[in-house]
Amino acid sequence: MSTVTIILVDGLVTASSLFLLSVGLSVVFGVLRILNLAHGSLFALGAFAGAILSIDYLKWGRFPQGSFVVLALAAIAVGAVAGPLIERGLLRWIYGRDQVLQLLATYALFLILEGLQQALWGGKSYSPWIPYSLLGQMTLGGILYARYDLLLFGVAAGAGILLWLLLNRSRFGRLVVAATHDPEMSRAMGIDLSRVYMVMFAIGTALAALGGAFWAPTITVLPGFAVDTTVAAFAVVVIGGLGSIGGAALGAVIVGIAEALAVQWAPNLELFVIYVVMTLVLLVRPQGLFARAAVRRI
Amino acid sequence: MRRVPRTVVAAGVAALVTVSALAATAAGSSAKTETKPLRIGIVSFLTGPAAPPFGVPARNGAKVLIDALNRGKAPKPYNRIGIGGRKIQAIYLDENASPDQNVANYRRLVQDKKVDLVIGYISSEDCLAVGPVADQLRQFTVFFDCGTSQLFAKPLPYVYRTAGDQSTDAIAAARYVLALKGKVKSIAGINQNYAWGQDNWATFSAAMKKLDPGVQIKDALFPNIFAGQYSTEISKLLADRPDVIYSSFWGGDLDSLLQQGLPRGLAKSSTLVFNAADTALPELGKNFPAGVVVGARGPHGVLAPKSNRLNSWIVAAYRARYHAAPVYPVWHIAQAILGVKAAYEHAMAKYHTKTPTQAQWMASLKGSSFQTPSGTISMQLSGGHQAVEGNAYGISAGFDSKTGEVRLTKVKSYPAACVDAPNGTSVEAWIGDGFKGARCP
Repeated sequence: MSTVTIILVDGLVTASSLFLLSVGLSVVFGVLRILNLAHGSLFALGAFAGAILSIDYLKWGRFPQGSFVVLALAAIAVGAVAGPLIERGLLRWIYGRDQVLQLLATYALFLILEGLQQALWGGKSYSPWIPYSLLGQMTLGGILYARYDLLLFGVAAGAGILLWLLLNRSRFGRLVVAATHDPEMSRAMGIDLSRVYMVMFAIGTALAALGGAFWAPTITVLPGFAVDTTVAAFAVVVIGGLGSIGGAALGAVIVGIAEALAVQWAPNLELFVIYVVMTLVLLVRPQGLFARAAVRRI
Repeated sequence: MRRVPRTVVAAGVAALVTVSALAATAAGSSAKTETKPLRIGIVSFLTGPAAPPFGVPARNGAKVLIDALNRGKAPKPYNRIGIGGRKIQAIYLDENASPDQNVANYRRLVQDKKVDLVIGYISSEDCLAVGPVADQLRQFTVFFDCGTSQLFAKPLPYVYRTAGDQSTDAIAAARYVLALKGKVKSIAGINQNYAWGQDNWATFSAAMKKLDPGVQIKDALFPNIFAGQYSTEISKLLADRPDVIYSSFWGGDLDSLLQQGLPRGLAKSSTLVFNAADTALPELGKNFPAGVVVGARGPHGVLAPKSNRLNSWIVAAYRARYHAAPVYPVWHIAQAILGVKAAYEHAMAKYHTKTPTQAQWMASLKGSSFQTPSGTISMQLSGGHQAVEGNAYGISAGFDSKTGEVRLTKVKSYPAACVDAPNGTSVEAWIGDGFKGARCP
C-alpha cells in the first residue's frame, strides 16, 4: 500500500511541472495553430528569472516566504516581456503559413534562446535552495516529502483552474473562442485578433515560466537544463491531445505515474517508459486521449 | 641637377623593399627556430552544465599554470621557461558539443590550427570518440580528466591519460566505506546513464561484493544525465533504505540530488558516498550536509597532500587570481601540463636536441613519472599510456566559517598499488581475483 501511495505522490509531483509546461504549449497551439518548439526555452527563462530573483530576494534576510511571491512575479515578468516580444517579432509573420515553415521558425527561435542562455549564464549555475525547505516536510507512504512538492501541485492545479475559468467563463475567453472558431468572421465583428493572439501567447509563456520558476528551487539552474523536461512535455501533449487543458492535465498525470511506476518496479524502463505510452496512444488514438472531433480546441 | 626617371626610382624602391623584406624574413625564421611557441589546444567545457564545476576551473587552472611557466615563475623542478624554453601558446576550445561535433572540432584544431599537442576532454564519451581520431591523425593527445575504464580497451599509440580512471575512485570508495562502517548490509547506486555512471556503478558494486560477499544490492538507478529532477528516485532510495548510496553524480546533477534529497532525509537514512563531491563544496558551502563521504577523483582539492610544495603553490596562485577555492579539475589539468613539460625536457636531454620530435616527446611521456600537486604521477598502465593515481576520501563535518570551506574528517589516503589494477590486468579481472597483489595501508 505504501508503495502505491509513493507512486501516486511521485507521479503527481512530476505531473505538476509537466502540466505547467505542456498546458501553455497546448493552448498556444489551440489558438495560434503554431507548435512552438521553443516553448521549453521559455520554461528555462522562467527558471533563470525565478532562481536569480529569489536568490537576490533571500539575501535581504527577512520574510523568506516572500520568495514564493518573487517566483510567481518572475514568471509573470517573463510572460509579459518575452511573450509579446516573440509574438510580435516572429510568430505574427508566420500565422497561417506552411507548418514546416512554422516548425523551422520556432526551432530557430529555440536555438536563439538556447544561445542567449549560454551567452548570459554560460559558465554559471544557480541553486536557490532555501524555498524548497521553507515549508518543512511531511510523511506520506512511510517516507518524507518536502511540502514544497505539494505547493508545486497546488500551483499547477491553481493555474489550470484559472486558465479554464479565463477561457470558459470570461469575456476574453469568448473572444478567444470566436477567434479560434472563425478568425475572418471575428475580425469582421471587430475583434482585434492580433491582440488576442498576443495575449494568449503571453499567457502561454507565463505558464511555462511559472513551471520553470517553481521548479528552480528543486534543482540547479544552468543552461541546457530543461531539454529532458521539454521533450517529456511534448510527449504529454501528444498523449493528452494538443489544444486541450484537460488533455495536458491527463497527459501529465499519465507520464508522471508511468515514470514513478518504472522507478519503483522496473528502473531499467525509466528512461523510455513515457515514449512507450506515447507510441501506444498514437497507435490507438492518434489525436490524443482528450482531443475531441469538435472545432473548439481551447 | 638631373632628374632621375620615375621608373628607376620605382624600381629602386621596389628592390629595397624586397631586400629588406627578405632580410626580415630570414631574421625572423632564424629567431623562430628558437622562440617559436608550442601551440597547445586545451579543450574543456567552457559553457553548459559541466562548465561551472569542471570545465571553467580546469581552464582557469591551465591559465594560472601556463602563465607561471611562460614567465619561469613556477616552482622547481618546473621553473624553466615554458616547455623546454619554448613559450606555451594555449588555444582554448569549448567541449560543450556532441561527441561527433567534438571530433570535428578536434580535427580543425589539429589540421587548421596546427597545434603541437591537444590536452583535453572531461566527458568520457568525448574521450572515447576523439581517441581513435587522434590515432588516425597521428596527433599527440593527452586526456586530462575523463574517467572511463574503456579508453584503452584497444591500444591508442598517440593517446595518453595523465589521471587515474574511474575504477580507482570506485575501488577506493568501497574500501573506505567498509573501513568506516565495518559491515555493510546493503548498497544502492544512483548514477548517470552514460559510460561514466555505468562504469562507476559496475566497479563499485563489484568491489563491494568481493570485499563483503554478503552485501545486498537494493537499487541500481540510472537517470538521464542533466535530468535535474530526481524526486521519484529519491523516493525509491528512501523506501528501500540501503546502508550506503554510491553516486558518481557531478555538477548540477549532484547539487540537484542533494537539494531535493536532504530536506527529505536522504542523508539520514543512508550513508551517501560521492566520488566527485569536491566540486560541489565551494558551490554549496553551508548547504553541504555533514556525514557525507566526499571524494575528489583522487588526491586533489580538499584531499590533496598538504605537505606538497606544488600543491600549496597552485592553491595560492589560483586563489590569488580567481578569488575562489580550486577544485579537482585544476589538479588534473596541472598533471597533464606538467607531465608533458617534464617529458619534453627529458626528451631534449635524452636526444640532445632543442626541439624533440613528436615521437621523441611521446616516448618520453610513456612510462614516465613526474611530480605534480597531487604527488608523483606514474604512467604505468596500458603500456605506459595510462597514469596510476592514489585516491582519498573523507567525511564532511560541517562548514567552517573562518576558512569559508567545508571541513573534512577521517580522511584516508590509498596508494595507487591499493586501488589500481596492475598493468596488463583488467579491472574486472583484478576484482574477480580478489585484488591480487594489492598493497593497502
